[in-house]
Amino acid sequence: MTKIIDSKIPEGPIAEKWTNYKAHQKLVNPANKRRLDIIVVGTGLAGASAAASLGEMGFRVFNFCIQDSPRRAHSIAAQGGINAAKNYQNDGDSVYRLFYDTVKGGDYRAREANVYRLAEVSNAIIDQCVAQGVPFAREYGGMLANRSFGGAQVSRTFYAKGQTGQQLLLGAYSSLSCQVNAGTVKLYTRYEMMDLVMIDGRARGIIARNLVTGKLERFAAHAVVIATGGYGNTYFLSTNAMGCNCSAAMQCYRKGAWFANPAYVQIHPTCIPVHGDKQSKLTLMSESLRNDGRIWVPKKIEDAKALQAGTKKGSDIPEEDRDYYLERRYPAFGNLVPRDVASRAAKERCDKGFGVNNTGLAVFLDFSESIERLGIDVVLQRYGNLFDMYEEITDVNPGELAKEINGVKYYNPMMIYPAIHYTMGGIWVDYELQTSIKGLFAIGECNFSDHGANRLGASALMQGLADGYFVLPYTIQNYLADQITVPRFSTDLPEFAAAEKDVQSRIDHLMGIHGKRSVDSIHKELGHIMWEYVGMGRTEEGLKTALVRLKEIRKEFESNLFVPGSKEGVNVELEKALRLNDFITMGELIAYDALNRNESCGGHFREEYQTEEGEAKRDDENYFYVACWEYQGSDDKAPVLYKEPLVYEAIKVQTRNYKS
Amino acid sequence: MWLCDSSIGRKVVMSVTGIALVLFLTFHASMNVVALFSAEGYNMICEFLGANWYAVVATLGLAALVVIHIIYAFWLTIQNRQARGNNRYDVTAKPEKVEWASQNMLVLGIIVVLGLALHLYNFWYNMMFAELLGQPYLGGLHAADGYGYIVQTFSQPLFTVLYVIWLAALWFHLTHGFWSAMQTLGWSGKIWFNRWKVIGNIYSTIVILMFLVVALYFSCCGGC
Amino acid sequence: MEKNISFKLRYWRQNGPKDKGHFDEREMKDIPGDTSFLEMLDILNEQLVEEGKEPFVFDHDCREGICGMCSLYINGTPHGKTERGATTCQLYMRKFNDGDTITVEPWRSAGFPVIKDCMVDRTAFDKIMQAGGYVTLRAGQPQDANAILIPKQNADEAMDCASCIGCGACVAACKNGSAMLFVSSKVSQLALLPQGRPEAARRAKAMIAKMDELGFGNCTNTRACEAVCPKNESIANIARLNREFIKAKLND
Repeated sequence: MTKIIDSKIPEGPIAEKWTNYKAHQKLVNPANKRRLDIIVVGTGLAGASAAASLGEMGFRVFNFCIQDSPRRAHSIAAQGGINAAKNYQNDGDSVYRLFYDTVKGGDYRAREANVYRLAEVSNAIIDQCVAQGVPFAREYGGMLANRSFGGAQVSRTFYAKGQTGQQLLLGAYSSLSCQVNAGTVKLYTRYEMMDLVMIDGRARGIIARNLVTGKLERFAAHAVVIATGGYGNTYFLSTNAMGCNCSAAMQCYRKGAWFANPAYVQIHPTCIPVHGDKQSKLTLMSESLRNDGRIWVPKKIEDAKALQAGTKKGSDIPEEDRDYYLERRYPAFGNLVPRDVASRAAKERCDKGFGVNNTGLAVFLDFSESIERLGIDVVLQRYGNLFDMYEEITDVNPGELAKEINGVKYYNPMMIYPAIHYTMGGIWVDYELQTSIKGLFAIGECNFSDHGANRLGASALMQGLADGYFVLPYTIQNYLADQITVPRFSTDLPEFAAAEKDVQSRIDHLMGIHGKRSVDSIHKELGHIMWEYVGMGRTEEGLKTALVRLKEIRKEFESNLFVPGSKEGVNVELEKALRLNDFITMGELIAYDALNRNESCGGHFREEYQTEEGEAKRDDENYFYVACWEYQGSDDKAPVLYKEPLVYEAIKVQTRNYKS
Repeated sequence: MWLCDSSIGRKVVMSVTGIALVLFLTFHASMNVVALFSAEGYNMICEFLGANWYAVVATLGLAALVVIHIIYAFWLTIQNRQARGNNRYDVTAKPEKVEWASQNMLVLGIIVVLGLALHLYNFWYNMMFAELLGQPYLGGLHAADGYGYIVQTFSQPLFTVLYVIWLAALWFHLTHGFWSAMQTLGWSGKIWFNRWKVIGNIYSTIVILMFLVVALYFSCCGGC
Repeated sequence: MEKNISFKLRYWRQNGPKDKGHFDEREMKDIPGDTSFLEMLDILNEQLVEEGKEPFVFDHDCREGICGMCSLYINGTPHGKTERGATTCQLYMRKFNDGDTITVEPWRSAGFPVIKDCMVDRTAFDKIMQAGGYVTLRAGQPQDANAILIPKQNADEAMDCASCIGCGACVAACKNGSAMLFVSSKVSQLALLPQGRPEAARRAKAMIAKMDELGFGNCTNTRACEAVCPKNESIANIARLNREFIKAKLND
């Protein structure tokens, strides 16, 4: 395809790009800000921080969320921490190193300039959050504490117990609340975006559904920002919240916004394994557990068989018969290798038959060594709440002494298995976080920008807040500076009427199918196909099968869906049906991208492309680009691919190496 | 005024009046104990607290405290019932931590007030009120013969029983009221919470015992 | 491996705040013990939808005990009874016995009107937060994060206060419909940190005024809130809020 993609990366050396940009961008003066309206959809870290920042700058902001309060957004569930290049530990950290680790962690598929900017503003985020009253963990001297995290050799992660996401979100939510009180932000809770409204090729508003009354409402603005998170729930089972969905992103995609790198889906290595077919979601155990926990499976296949049959327990297997496969394969990083590497290594062992639970899809995470080294008190202080959570779910207490063999104490190990956790792909944005639609911006997990093919732990919170507090509030002005003479739009314009009519007919259609199947049953089927063929290990054949099966799912959905209740009032099944429609489209998009990308990198692993040792094999010659997919007017047509070539000036692209 | 129109303010009024009444009870209990040792001593105190200007003023002050405490109690309760909404739970389980007294302060309070009415009728009416009316022999004995009235009252077993019930209710009311007042006034915390509870329990038990001993003593041996 | 249980489920149906509401009943059969309470309700809904009926509506989202969305009053206790604090989504069916009757009700409080079935409107909490639950600052150039040292003890205590998930169990359990534990947790967090001090007096007054205005009840220190809080917030926070408020009023 010959489409010139302008990612608007500023001139100059990498370390000066953002400074240069800010020095030369256009600004909006205070009197004009009051006349400009911005819609922000989503109230997670990115959405809440953006709405709050834009509000305090003087814009008139409308902020939407589907939950009953902005504080419920799924950012709240992030456990581990947030990275910043503060170098408080004096261990050699710097902006450059954070930038480098993030690019490397992303398997050299991220846009250099964006990542550098992210690393650059990371320090300001910590300052900002502390000023808001976020109670980060501290040392006895009163200084901020740090912990280490996967993919880095320095301790740069700031944390608040195992609830960092919660604390950061509550910080952003408090700033948002402050602005609501000041009258600059108007909050719409239990509202779901249903469509993007375009006027003369620019994003000018949204149609939203009031989830309490069921009524469709129109909202106009000079710019629309979506901050609606990722598409992990396409897989049905994921660590995402039940309400997480990709509908807002899909609406934008259908209106012409490109979707970039959908195949990059992160699979988190430390989740509680699946236990039954009634399960509704997977629970994440913080990655921080890998700091002190050691991951293993039995060395002997007969031990694994006994574990699967339930005749042996993890604590029955002595030290010498345990295979600490991460430490074996990656001596330099050990249990702290990046998430994609750890996940694949677990899958590799389980595929070979070494899985340790009844389904054969689990590995052990063991604290015996650290409990012996640090004492149970220290371990509980660090991970007590996670141990409790694990026990609540599985009825097994990982801090409990199970057995002593030859003087070595063995504690109950946890069982973990990888699960869908985060999506690196997202709506394509340029350096200004503007999508391919003018006036439409995407921030946070919702965009594709900073993590390349794999995200490092504690970087999602960093990106969400960077976008919301420090990037978008600048870059959006560059767009809005041209809009100061544009008066407010009336929602009576035909474009709004047409969009509302579209949505209405979509709802009528779904309500009118009167088939036999519930939304969840179809969603589960979609999830199975996605996990089976578009999950951790993908093949060309599998992906082609997936595309066929997804078409069947769409047909089943269109012809055999049953949505009870009425259009008015609360109708949870209708909400889910509308979202499922978009998940199916999303599933296809992931499969198309995965099929196109004939290489393995980060969260995208094609079994045909691996080294003899089973490591991902990249193809920088042919796939060193961002894959941008354009919608072709119908869900039945295959999307068209455009390529944004990646240009690396500061970093030399190499094979990722976590061995030495 | 924040003591009327804020929830914490209203609670502060409850706490302050409550504490003042606890102090009065302490004084009253100490005075009663004197009756165990010396009838003359007790009657001297009664005379001292007769229809003198300072005693009358103090009594009025005391009455005001009681009335404010009661008015606020009803006011708070009405508000709290409104805040509870119209629908009640079908099934409720009381968590172990929750003391019974804390959820029944109004009922306990009403029992205390009824007991107070009886007490005023038995003693205050015949003593200070009689003196104020200028009819020192209103209740049969002289108004300053408090000792005599004690003996008279507790010679009737019914009154003893009623007084014991009253004291029991008062004990429950005090055990919760004491730490609750400290909590409301903000003089509590993770450490002091338990301390106040222990102090409150001991203190209320001592005060109530002092009353109880006098009542039972005179009920059993009628001032022998 | 784990036993399956069967029980009678009574769940509240109410069509909007004006509706009187009633219980529906259903025999639930062979529910595995490792099913979470909400997954059990998913099974119920799957059955209802299969029969062409409207599903039972309740709030839920993250299902890992942190978003604060779940709000079910189970057998007389908010979030159901667990040994250590946990939300409904972290309650597992192994905690119940074969043949039990399980009653599910919404939060019942004037401050939280019912939207539908067990879904209630908790925007009152947002309004209280908007009245003052923040440090007023601009995104931009605050001083370095380590410029003000905070003793570990204070930071830890502030963290405990900040753990509140705003689920409203405290209000649901309180016989006075009081929101003091929620308000006090926020006020305490910010009162304990130097960053929150400049606005401490204004915050305590504004949040209490809003709480009273919205019709929440007066705290009578019954401690029911503390007993059911899934995040184990302490009523020591309420004492601190009282202190902050009284101090602020006396300084007026």
